[in-house]
Amino acid sequence: APLTDTVPPQVVPGADPLARQLCFAWGPAEVLVCETLFGRAGGFRSRCLSRSPCASRFRGKGRAGAAARSLTGSVAATADGGPSSSRVFVVRRDQDIYIQTLRKLFNESHGIFMGLQRSEEELAGKSRKAQLVQVSKNYRSVIRACMEDMHQAAVSTRDPALQGQYSTQVSILSAMELIWNLCEILFVEAATAGPLLLRLLDWVRLHVCDVDSMVREVLSSESPSKHKLFWNVVDVFVLQGRMDEARHLLSKEASANPTSVNMYKILDDLMKKMPVPSLGNTQTLTELELKWQHWHEECQRYLQDGTFASNPHMESICKILLGDEDAILEKKELMTTWYHFLVTRLLYSHPTVKPMELRFYAQSSMDLFLGGESSPEPLDMILMAAFEFEMHQVIKECSIVLSNWWFVAHLTDLLDHCKLLQSHNLYFGSNMREFLLLEYASGLFSHHSLWQLGVDYFDHCPEYGRVYLELHIERIPLSTEQKALKVLRICEQRQMHEQVRSICKIMAMKALRNNRLGSALSWSIRAKDAAFATLISDRFLKDYCERGCFSDLDLIDNLGPSMLLSDRLTFLGKYREFHRLYGEKRFPEAARLLLTLMTAHIAPSSFWMTLLTDALPLLEQKEVIFSAEQTYELMRCLEDLTAGNPDKQKFQDDDVETTKVEMLRLALARNLARVIIKEGTVEGS
Amino acid sequence: QDNRISIWSAGDFGNAGLNGEYHGEPHFLCDIQHNGDVMDMQFLDQERIVVASSTGTVTIFRHHQNNQTLSDDHRWEKAHYHVDQDTSCGGAACTGVVCNNPEIVTVGEDGRINLFRADQKDAVRTIDNADSSTLHAVTFLRTTEILTVNSIGQLKIWDLRQQRNEPSQIFSLAGDRVPLHCVDRHPNQQHIVATGGQDGMLSIWDIRQGTMPVSLLNAHEAEMWEVHFHPSDPDHLFTCSEDGSLWHWDTSTNVSDKPSFLHQGGRSTAYLSHSTINQSVVSAWLSSDPTKDRMEITNLIPNQTLSVNSLDVLGPCLVYGTDAEAIYVNRQLFA
Repeated sequence: APLTDTVPPQVVPGADPLARQLCFAWGPAEVLVCETLFGRAGGFRSRCLSRSPCASRFRGKGRAGAAARSLTGSVAATADGGPSSSRVFVVRRDQDIYIQTLRKLFNESHGIFMGLQRSEEELAGKSRKAQLVQVSKNYRSVIRACMEDMHQAAVSTRDPALQGQYSTQVSILSAMELIWNLCEILFVEAATAGPLLLRLLDWVRLHVCDVDSMVREVLSSESPSKHKLFWNVVDVFVLQGRMDEARHLLSKEASANPTSVNMYKILDDLMKKMPVPSLGNTQTLTELELKWQHWHEECQRYLQDGTFASNPHMESICKILLGDEDAILEKKELMTTWYHFLVTRLLYSHPTVKPMELRFYAQSSMDLFLGGESSPEPLDMILMAAFEFEMHQVIKECSIVLSNWWFVAHLTDLLDHCKLLQSHNLYFGSNMREFLLLEYASGLFSHHSLWQLGVDYFDHCPEYGRVYLELHIERIPLSTEQKALKVLRICEQRQMHEQVRSICKIMAMKALRNNRLGSALSWSIRAKDAAFATLISDRFLKDYCERGCFSDLDLIDNLGPSMLLSDRLTFLGKYREFHRLYGEKRFPEAARLLLTLMTAHIAPSSFWMTLLTDALPLLEQKEVIFSAEQTYELMRCLEDLTAGNPDKQKFQDDDVETTKVEMLRLALARNLARVIIKEGTVEGS
Repeated sequence: QDNRISIWSAGDFGNAGLNGEYHGEPHFLCDIQHNGDVMDMQFLDQERIVVASSTGTVTIFRHHQNNQTLSDDHRWEKAHYHVDQDTSCGGAACTGVVCNNPEIVTVGEDGRINLFRADQKDAVRTIDNADSSTLHAVTFLRTTEILTVNSIGQLKIWDLRQQRNEPSQIFSLAGDRVPLHCVDRHPNQQHIVATGGQDGMLSIWDIRQGTMPVSLLNAHEAEMWEVHFHPSDPDHLFTCSEDGSLWHWDTSTNVSDKPSFLHQGGRSTAYLSHSTINQSVVSAWLSSDPTKDRMEITNLIPNQTLSVNSLDVLGPCLVYGTDAEAIYVNRQLFA
C-alpha cells in the first residue's frame, strides 16, 4: 500500500478537466472517459482525474504498482450536436497485448500453461520435479524465441521509433529470462550445495554476454597471443570458470613465449586440478571440500614462493584462483555485473555454498561491486530478493517494474505447482496465484482475439474465475455468426445458461431486424427460447396476413421437431400443412386439421377469423366436406369469436368484418343443411 | 484490427533428407492487408486467390511469384449485405466461396448466392433471399450445379442453368434441425456428399436417393468447421472442429473383397487394386453399418487446446490452422 503513494500521477492525454467537465464509466478492462456539456459549476477538481483512475481503482484491491501501466487515451467516437464536438476516451491499461511480436509469447505460453494444469499430479518426488523443471525450461525457450523475433524486427525495421520500442522490448524480455532462469535454479529445481554452483555458473555464462564480441575477435585473429585483448579473454574464461578454454589459450601463449614455459606448466596444472562440484553423486561434499582445501593451499604456496612474480597477468590469475576479492574486483569491467562477481567469488572461495548461505554473499557482493558509486537498479533488487529466497518479494518487485502481468502470473503459477507458495491471502479472499492469473486474463479480454486464451486461464481460477468469465464474456463484440458460435460453445461447455440465452437473444434480434427469419429461428432453437420462437412465428403470420402468402417456405415446410419449441410455432407449421393439404386437394384431411387447430386451441384467438375465412372455400365445395359434428363445432367457434369480442362496437361497424361473419353464417348453415341430408340418407337408395 | 493474407512456402519437396524427412519450417514469403475477418478462401488458379470477408466483400488477390508480392486484383464490394446495399453498415459476412475458374460462387449470412466471373465487374447472377437462414458453405456438385448448407440443417442443390430462384432439391437431417457448417463432395463419385454439423456430427449423403443422410457418424464434441475428401485418395476424409481435434477418416483398410480377375492378363496389380479399392469404397462411405467395414479414425492432434478452424489437404501434405494463432504443416500424411 505505501508504494502507491509514491507513484507519480498520470494524465489521459487530451482530456482537460479544466476545459470540460468529464465523466467516466468503469468497464471490465477499460475506463471510458467522456466530455460532457455541463458547465464547470464549481467543485470539480482536476486533481481527481490527474491521479489516474486506474490507480485509485486498483488501490482498493491492495495491488501496488497499477499506475505503472501505460495509459493511452484514444478517441473512440466523435459526437456532434453541441457548440463543439465531444470526445470519448478509451483508457486501456494494458498496451502490451497489442504488440504484434508478443502474441507468440501469449499463445505459446498458454499452451504450456494448459499442459501444466493438466499434467499428472500423481507423479511424486524426482519425476515431478523433473517435469516442473521441463515446464520452466519451456517457458524460457518461448521467451528466447520471442526475443529472437523481436530482435529480427528491430534490425529489419526502418522506423526509428519502432526500432527503439523493439530494442526496449528485447532488453525487457532478456531481463525476464534472466530472472526466470535464476528462479528456476533456486526455487523450481532447488539445486543443492554442489550442483548449485554449477547451475549458477551456467546462468552467468548464458546471460553475461557483453564480452562475447571481444572473445570472438581474439579467437578469430591470426595469432591470438599477440592480440592486445588476449589476457582480457583469458581472464574472462577464468572468471567464468571455463578452465579448458583458458588453458587452451594459455598454451598458445606458452608456445609463443618459451621463457615462461615453466610458469605456464605450473599454472596449467593448477587449473587442471581444480576440484569442482559434479552433478552426479560421485563424491560427497566433504570429500570435495577436503580436496579443495588441499588445492587451495597448493596455489597459496606457489603464489607465496613468487613463482609468477615475473608475469603480472599470470600472477593475477593465480590470485583469482585463490579467491582474492581485490584481484577479482580489478576485473570489474570484464564481469560487468555484481552477480557475475558473486558467482566468481563463490567459485573460488566457497564452491560448496549452500542455498541458504547465498544471501550473505549476495549482499556483500553487491555492496563491494557497486562500491557506493551507483545505487542498485530494480533488476538488481529483484535478483537480490531471489538470492534471499524471498519469493513474494520477487513477485512483488516484478509486478511493479513490468508493464504486463504475463511474467508474474505464469511464474507464480509454476511456483504454486511446486507447492512453494503458502496461501498468501489477500484481503478479498483469493490467493496470490489466482489474483495474478485473474488480472492477466482480464487484460487478455480487452483484445479482440486473444480473449480466447483468457477463457482457459479463468477456468483454472477456482474462486473467482467463473464470475470473471461470466462478466467478461458478454462484452465480446459479436461481429460475425462464427464468433458468436465460438462464444456460445464456451458458455455451453461451462453451463452458463444466462449468458447462452442472452447471446442467442442478441443474435436472434439482429437476424430479425435484418429480416433473416430462418437465422432468427435457428438462434432461438439453440437457446431453447420459446418466447422468441413465438415472436418469430407471429412475424411470419403477420407477413402472411399482409401478403396472403408465406415467405420462406423452405423454412416452414421443414421445421421438423423444432416445431414443438413453442405453441405458436407449432401452429405455424400446422397451418402451413393445412395449406399444403388444400393445395393437394386432400380436403377432408385439411378440414379436420383446420378444425383441430381451433378446437385444440393451438391457434391464437386473433387468428381464428382468418381460419374461419379459410374454411369458406371448403364449405362452398360441391362435395360436402365438413360433417355435421364438425359444422356445429365451426358454428360454435364463430359464435365464441363474435360473442367474446371486446371491441364489439368496432366489430359491428366494420363492414368487411360484418360481411365476412354473415357470409360464414350463411355458408355454415347451408353446409349444415346439406350434411344433415347426406348423413340422413340411407346408403344405396 | 490488422488482418492479413500471407503466403508461406511449406518447404522444398526436393530436399528430402536420408530417411525421407523434410527439413525446414514453413517460410514466410509475403503478405497483404485484408479488411475484415477472412471467412473463407480458395485458389482460383496458380496465381490468384479469392477471399471472402466478414464485411461482405469478395476480393481476388494476385500472387506475383517473380518478386514475391501480393496485390489486390479485383474486388466486389458489398457482395453480401443485409436489407440495403447502400447503407454504410449493412454488410453481411460472406461465409463461403468456391471457384471453378473462371466462375466464383459465394454465399453469406444474408442468405444470398452470388455467381461471379473473374474478369467481370458485376455479378453474373445473384439469387436474393435464396435461404431464410445463413448459408454456411458452398461447393460445386457439377459444373452447373452447386450445393449449399444452411443454419437450419438443410442441404440444397441449385441448378445455375435454370432461371428460377428455387433450389432443385432440398435435403434435411431427420431429427433436430442442427445447423450444417461445411460440405464437400467426393472427388470421383459425385453422388456422395459429406457435411458437418454444429453438434460435430459427420453426415454422408447419397443425393441420388432419398432426402435424408445415408449415415450419421458421431464425431466431434463441438462444431465441425471443415470437411474435406482427399482430392486424389478419396478413401480418406478429414474433419476439423471447434473442440480442437482434427480427425482422419480412413476407409482404405477395407480390402476384404478383391475380385479374382486381379491376377489375369499380366496387368500391373497396382492399377487394378486402385480401381477395386475405389469400388469397395463406394460401399464403405455409403454403407449403413460403418462398423462392419473397418474404418480407421485417428485424431491427428496430440495436445489439443483451442479450435482448429480450417484445414486443407493435397498429396501427402496436410495443413491446418488453430485459434492459438498457429499453422501446422504435416508433410508425411501417409507415412
